[in-house]
Amino acid sequence: MSAASAMSAVLPLATLASSLLTAAVIFMLPEQAVRTRTALNLAAALIKLVLVIWMARGLVAGEVYAVEFPVVEGLSFVLQVDELGLTFAGLSSLLWLFTTIYAIGYLEDSPNRRRFFGFFSLCVASTLGISLAGNLFTLLIFYELLTLSTYPLVAHRGTPQALAAATVYLRYTLSAGLVLMIGMVALQVLAGDLRFGQRELLAALGPEARPWLIGLFWLLTLGFGVKAALVPLHGWLPRAMVAPAPVSALLHAVAVVKAGAFGIVRLVYDVYGIGFSASLGVLDGLVVIASVTIVYGSLRALAQQELKPRLAYSTVSQVSYIVLGIGLFGPLGTIAALAHLLHQGLMKVTLFFCAGNYAEELGIHRIDELDGVGRRMPLSSLAFTIGALGMIGMPPLVGFISKWMLGMGAVQAEMPWVIAVLVASTLLNAAYFLPILNRLWFRPGPAHGIGTWPAERAPSRLETSAWLLLPALATALLSLLAGMLAGLPFSPLQWATRVVEQTYLMP
Amino acid sequence: MSPTPFHLLWLLFAPLALGLLAWVRPPRHSGWVLLVALPLPLLALWLLLGLNDRPMTGQLALGPLTLHWRLDGLAALLWLLTQLLLLASALYAAGYVRTTTLGQRAYAWLWPLMGGLALGLGLIWIAADLLLLYAGLELMGLCAVGMMLLPGSVEALTAGLRYLLFALVGSLTWLLGVALLLGAWGRLDLAGMAGLAAVTQPDPVTQIAVALLASGLLLKAAIFPLHSWLAPVHGSAWTPVSAIHGALVVKASFFILLLLWRALLPEAIAGAWALGLLGSLAVLWGGIQAWRAVGLKQLVAWSTVGQLGYLMLAFPLLAGTSAAVAMMAWQATWLQLAGHALAKAAMFMAAGNLLLSTGAHRLEGLTGTSRRLPLSLMTFGLAAVTLMGLPPSAGFTAKWLWLQASLASGQWLWVVVLALGSLLSAIYVFRVLRCSFVEDAPEQAFRSLPLGMELIALVLALAAIGLGLAAGWPLSFLGPAGVS
Repeated sequence: MSAASAMSAVLPLATLASSLLTAAVIFMLPEQAVRTRTALNLAAALIKLVLVIWMARGLVAGEVYAVEFPVVEGLSFVLQVDELGLTFAGLSSLLWLFTTIYAIGYLEDSPNRRRFFGFFSLCVASTLGISLAGNLFTLLIFYELLTLSTYPLVAHRGTPQALAAATVYLRYTLSAGLVLMIGMVALQVLAGDLRFGQRELLAALGPEARPWLIGLFWLLTLGFGVKAALVPLHGWLPRAMVAPAPVSALLHAVAVVKAGAFGIVRLVYDVYGIGFSASLGVLDGLVVIASVTIVYGSLRALAQQELKPRLAYSTVSQVSYIVLGIGLFGPLGTIAALAHLLHQGLMKVTLFFCAGNYAEELGIHRIDELDGVGRRMPLSSLAFTIGALGMIGMPPLVGFISKWMLGMGAVQAEMPWVIAVLVASTLLNAAYFLPILNRLWFRPGPAHGIGTWPAERAPSRLETSAWLLLPALATALLSLLAGMLAGLPFSPLQWATRVVEQTYLMP
Repeated sequence: MSPTPFHLLWLLFAPLALGLLAWVRPPRHSGWVLLVALPLPLLALWLLLGLNDRPMTGQLALGPLTLHWRLDGLAALLWLLTQLLLLASALYAAGYVRTTTLGQRAYAWLWPLMGGLALGLGLIWIAADLLLLYAGLELMGLCAVGMMLLPGSVEALTAGLRYLLFALVGSLTWLLGVALLLGAWGRLDLAGMAGLAAVTQPDPVTQIAVALLASGLLLKAAIFPLHSWLAPVHGSAWTPVSAIHGALVVKASFFILLLLWRALLPEAIAGAWALGLLGSLAVLWGGIQAWRAVGLKQLVAWSTVGQLGYLMLAFPLLAGTSAAVAMMAWQATWLQLAGHALAKAAMFMAAGNLLLSTGAHRLEGLTGTSRRLPLSLMTFGLAAVTLMGLPPSAGFTAKWLWLQASLASGQWLWVVVLALGSLLSAIYVFRVLRCSFVEDAPEQAFRSLPLGMELIALVLALAAIGLGLAAGWPLSFLGPAGVS
């Protein structure tokens, strides 16, 4: 075996192992080994990021990374690295690093940290497996592993609300996993063990298979739609808000909803193929579902009085931009979908970090308690403002690029009414984010001597602990840069364009 | 050197000899058990590797009786599994006796009974005629009853004697079936009978005889609706005994049933569907009862009832289906059997650890265990992954194959059964795991356990998980579906 081909198998496995082994070691370390655990967590997050960047560079240079072995006859475990998978892997490893730093600061001196970080690592291992999976069977393995490893995180606090939310989460995700499994097995019965990218296989099945294929498409979308929080399958997401803030970041930006959206991306582009999906007529349905979800999520967000639930419904709405982009037949829609997969992660993780900072530092949970926080915590509020303006779609932030590309995609797909959905959603985004910004910066509050904070921590040198502040600033800066420097190579937009050019070149 | 019948004899009788030795001097330390008993699974592994796709067969003449035996890939795999699980259980027992107060005499008796059980199971795996099967079945059943009676408590005696009664009824129906077959066919060796069954239409006598054999075996395998003896027996038995019983003893009866059915009535589709439906009811009823169970051990025992039901899906999927479907169902069955055996033994041990340490018997008593007994709880969770059929466990791969076989053969009903069974198992498993997350529970006195007891269970649970991805290796030893 030559050095190059040995590397080809080692890199994907090493990336996966960097989190799996970390999880195993953390479970074996004693609860009190805080320093060792912290060092291990950070080292693993960095190593993983380096490995993913290495693979991205290799892929651009034309390297092939793949591993596979047969599990039983006609069924293989396949890891393969392609542009699309690396998009998701890159996002999750980058945000992983920041979320780990944040979680270390957030959970300082709280009980059960071994369990938390063990499952935390398992969770990112699953996310990585999802992004590198080369067929549906492998994808399902990691998709279910993600469900299992996030359950303990949602239930972490052990309060009745946390346990109830975790139970609801399981009910949704395990049923969805079952639906997915049945759909995937049925697809295997029809077409055999198809690899991602073998798009011609389903199209070659002939007209009598078309009703089955349409049915299976919706069955699989139903399965992926639960984690992607498509209306009406979104019920678990706002409830899971009781989990600690780093877990919310994980659910909303890094791993879980993204895994669902990524599943739909794979389904449309790599299993059915975008052209065949269009000819089956399933894309229009996706656009309608996504539009309904976008508007409904925004309306519900507007109705929330607390910060985290408002952000949660905002996720419901924003993740569907990805699905909307997928449904718009044409390269621009695809670029918009993939770029937004990255953009939404950057913006949302910033918002959740800041919401966590407000809760930790000042005990703020309700929106009407935010008056004048900008004076007490200017840097967190600045980060929050960047995230919120990005979500609204203000140029030159990343959210603007997503919305612009989506609008162009809608024109290209000859669905001008989608632009109306985008405008409505932007207005609603503004309606639920601008009042928060107004309170943060322009309303007098306890920082101006009016009233008191709900529960203020002892003041520190910075406005809050550096472990909490720095990740928020970093992700805010990244979402700023990703928008302003969208034309540079390796920016989310350029990478998404590259994915489309390389993999989905269309007439 | 290739395996000879002499090695088989060695593997059959060595456990019994070791058991008798341990009866005289009961071991108090796992190290000794490991040292003395480790060669047995290694020998079984060597037998498996030495077969090279050529089954060993032979016969033994005892006066007018001729006994037939046969060691093929499946039998060797099951024998290896048996030896591994017996070793794990023996190791666990040596730790168990140090942490609980067991009667000295009762503990000494555990060992010869375990040896006898190993002999009985070994005979069942290699038997190729109904008499040898009967001998194995009886030996296994009586040793199992004896092990269940060891605690000596009133509940254990009541449950154990009821088990004995059921087992005897099962044996009587079995004997009646054997007598009918002997009268109709004039022979009892499976290969010969299978050869005749392939060329003749099944006559009513055969059908009645097989029905009698089947009902006896269903009773012993605790298949719905003949399962009522199982849960009470496990509630009071020692943990290592429950582990071995739930993992192996009930499966042996299923093994015999499938073997006989494939030999004598391979094309009896209506009967196969009836067995499949019984299995489906077992899946649902076992799941519901586990959901409602109050005690942890009862929950685990009821889950066995449900999981055995999955195995019964083999009958309709093997009868009259295409070769590809039959192959998938055949592989799924043995994968599920092995995965469940490992996971169930792990789960009983983990549950036993949790109960020993907290002193509780109800699920509510488990609060706070995630902080105090993370390893055993983790083991319980890992074993549960296999039972729920979630990836990457053996249960998952088996479920995938079953779903594929059901869809490919158009037998949609089993898809529904598999789906409902998975959901039910998730419900009862997470009832347990959920309790462990509760933080505001009163601090209980936790007893510390030897690390070995936790590690044995963990290794078994990990093996059940690993088997899901490494299924290709053991399955490569399986012959084509059906009796060969």
